[in-house]
Amino acid sequence: MTISRIAAAVAAAATLAGASGVALAQGDAKVLRVVPHSNLAILDPIWTTAYMSRNHGYMIYDTLFGTDEKSQIRPQMVESWSVSPDNRLWTFKLRKGLEFHDGKPVTGDDVVASVARWGKRDAMGSALMTFVDRMDAPAPDTFRIFLREACGFVLEALGKPSSNVPFIMPKRVADTDAFKQIDDYTGSGPYIFRKDEFKPGDKAVYVRNPKYVSRKEPPSGTTGGKHVYVDRVEWNLALRDAQAQVSALQKGEVDVLEALAFDHFETVKKNPNLQIPKYANVNLQYMARFNHLHKPFNDAKVRQAVMAAFAQEPFLRAQVGVKELYKSCPSMFTCGTPYGSPAGSEIQSKSNMKKAQGLVKASGYDGTPIVVMKPTDLASIQKLPDVAAQLLRQAGFKVDLQAMDWQTLVGRRAKKDPIDKGGWHMFLTAWQGHDIWNPIANAALDTRGEASGWFGWGKDDRIVELRNQFMRATDDAQKKKLADAIQVRAFEVATHVPLGEYTQPMAARKNVSGFFITNSNLYWNLKKN
Amino acid sequence: MYAFLARRLLATIPVLAIVAVLVFLMLRLTPGDPAAILAGDAANTEQIAQIRAGLGLDRPIVVQFGIWAGKLLSGDLGESFYYKQQVTALIAQRIEPTLSLAALTIVIAVLVSVPLGVLAAWRFGSAFDRLLMGFSVMGFSVPVFVLAYILIWLVSLKLGWLPVQGYQRLADGFWPYLRHLLLPSITLSIVYVALIARVTRASVLESLGEDYIRTARAKGLPEARVLVRHALANAAVPIVTVIGIGIALLIGGVVVTESVYAIPGLGRLTVDAVLARDFPTIQGLILFFSFVYVLINLLVDLSYVLLDPRIRY
Repeated sequence: MTISRIAAAVAAAATLAGASGVALAQGDAKVLRVVPHSNLAILDPIWTTAYMSRNHGYMIYDTLFGTDEKSQIRPQMVESWSVSPDNRLWTFKLRKGLEFHDGKPVTGDDVVASVARWGKRDAMGSALMTFVDRMDAPAPDTFRIFLREACGFVLEALGKPSSNVPFIMPKRVADTDAFKQIDDYTGSGPYIFRKDEFKPGDKAVYVRNPKYVSRKEPPSGTTGGKHVYVDRVEWNLALRDAQAQVSALQKGEVDVLEALAFDHFETVKKNPNLQIPKYANVNLQYMARFNHLHKPFNDAKVRQAVMAAFAQEPFLRAQVGVKELYKSCPSMFTCGTPYGSPAGSEIQSKSNMKKAQGLVKASGYDGTPIVVMKPTDLASIQKLPDVAAQLLRQAGFKVDLQAMDWQTLVGRRAKKDPIDKGGWHMFLTAWQGHDIWNPIANAALDTRGEASGWFGWGKDDRIVELRNQFMRATDDAQKKKLADAIQVRAFEVATHVPLGEYTQPMAARKNVSGFFITNSNLYWNLKKN
Repeated sequence: MYAFLARRLLATIPVLAIVAVLVFLMLRLTPGDPAAILAGDAANTEQIAQIRAGLGLDRPIVVQFGIWAGKLLSGDLGESFYYKQQVTALIAQRIEPTLSLAALTIVIAVLVSVPLGVLAAWRFGSAFDRLLMGFSVMGFSVPVFVLAYILIWLVSLKLGWLPVQGYQRLADGFWPYLRHLLLPSITLSIVYVALIARVTRASVLESLGEDYIRTARAKGLPEARVLVRHALANAAVPIVTVIGIGIALLIGGVVVTESVYAIPGLGRLTVDAVLARDFPTIQGLILFFSFVYVLINLLVDLSYVLLDPRIRY
């Protein structure tokens, strides 16, 4: 056989192979192939706060309430509810026809067990449980929450859209110790998890739940109708390389990329076969967090000087780069949500480097090198510490920028040790908007010192007092006023520094339609032609 | 021969034991906390401490080692912190893609590189020889991921011949299996083609200078027979050694290739385990890789007997 004949044979075989691939693609038109933003490892969304586990939860579980695209709490599994005049007894009635994947009805007992387990893990859930006297289910379709004293965030907690979401599980599953992972993934949500097809690090498969009873309202955020128009959703957990993800999307091997790298935004935008669907109106926020336990950041004046030095634009420009994807937002709470406001932000928003330099001198900063932890392997935030280090140096600080992988950072930030024993001064991170949108959810505003739990351990009794008032407030105007007061105080004592907001773009093939504002990665209402 | 085999197999036990102790200790000394990783970004210190206790990481290292070693002696590599599955099951799931990729890569590399190396030696100093040496340098120098992107762009996106990514199991059909493996194997084989071709060239070149080659030629044997039966056969030992090391390296983790082409193999599992500080999985994988290294070295040593009758064990 001559060289040319061999080449022709190879080309023919490859063409045949390509043709079989096309045939395969046509045959699986009802399979939505998704590349999630990360790997799915933990299948218990109550046990961990990982966003991938949360998204897995949304596929297979349903929620009592949800948060719509206007950040308002709306009923989901709940049909109706009532509150006693003293705001201490909440009675909820479930929708008719709710059924778990195993065919058993969803009952009040399932709800009580699920809420109790969630209340042991979630920060907002734990806060709610401090008010709860008891819960019961007087009828199969009813459950009640008895409070010791009135509190103003019962619905916000039950309808919270982000980790940990109070997903409703069968009682036999929800009775699992909150500190052990579940191994039964029976839910009542729009999809059924195919445990037999789950290959960690490779593939997760969800099939349509034919018995799911959808709400009549249009989908909005995590609320409304959850209509499923595809037979299967397959999460490709192996495809992590950003360039290969875009190539696979271009070739039609995958349908949706949850997290399009900023570098590829323009490429996808210009491709006639691809789209960048709008799925979010609540942004993510970058944040710099101080370690309040150690010098010099145990001094509010030094933290204020940093706040004055940290203009948001340099961070956003360096990390995101695409102008239409980011915006400054001088607020501790996500802009565009009910408590987002510029109140008290002047120290950051109206500052400049000259003022920052003055504040550093006035603060009595003693020249201690600031240990800034830089994750080298997390593209979504890896440039932030470089900008922080540069701005700190310009302001007059000495900086020790320490590179490490994200998982090392995650382990190290949990340590309260002094700096010379492996401690730290600052790390930078990103939050999904709904995780920081109110004073209870926003972990950085839990200023109970070392008791607060979230890394950095800020302490301020005034904020603690205002947060306690916020938890008890039942009037929206009063809550807004308290949220503003908390923010003003947080800027005063510089609990942390908000570094601006951005949208994480998603990318999809043009033949996928039905995207709506979810502010998360949800896969109902989508059609594939 | 059998005594040699028995000795070598017995020798693997202390090797694996030393590896087990070292990897266990090194992981405990490495920064990073599996519990903090598992808990997620919004978890607090109390939750992390509870998870740490649940994993048994709050116990003294000696106790942790005792538990792990005890299980290991009964063939149990433990349960993954991250995936909550048996490590043996995880390795079993990932071994087929990695073995397939390694096998096809080596087949391509050997089929291409050995003839090229022999030809280059035969035409030593010619344009072909210089071209091959130039290609070898390039093969070593171009990073695998760059090559992968170029091949994806050309073969998958422009020509549409092969898929961009993914892996199909052999059980799902031979064609889909081969289609998904071909591009990653070609990508990965380039560096091995470069390496094996250079070693083959050097080794055959040395053989060609030997007296028996002159004798063979003096007998009037065809040049092809001289090259293959006399020069190549006598040059085979170093070539087989390099191929053996290549196989071991390929099974030990072709991380970049598996990442770019989304192949759920052992390399990708290793990276995920390291990033998640999934101690049981890392320990299990390193023990497995050590065993593979020892085994392949043994097979290479045994192959010397077949290739060179002068070698006796």
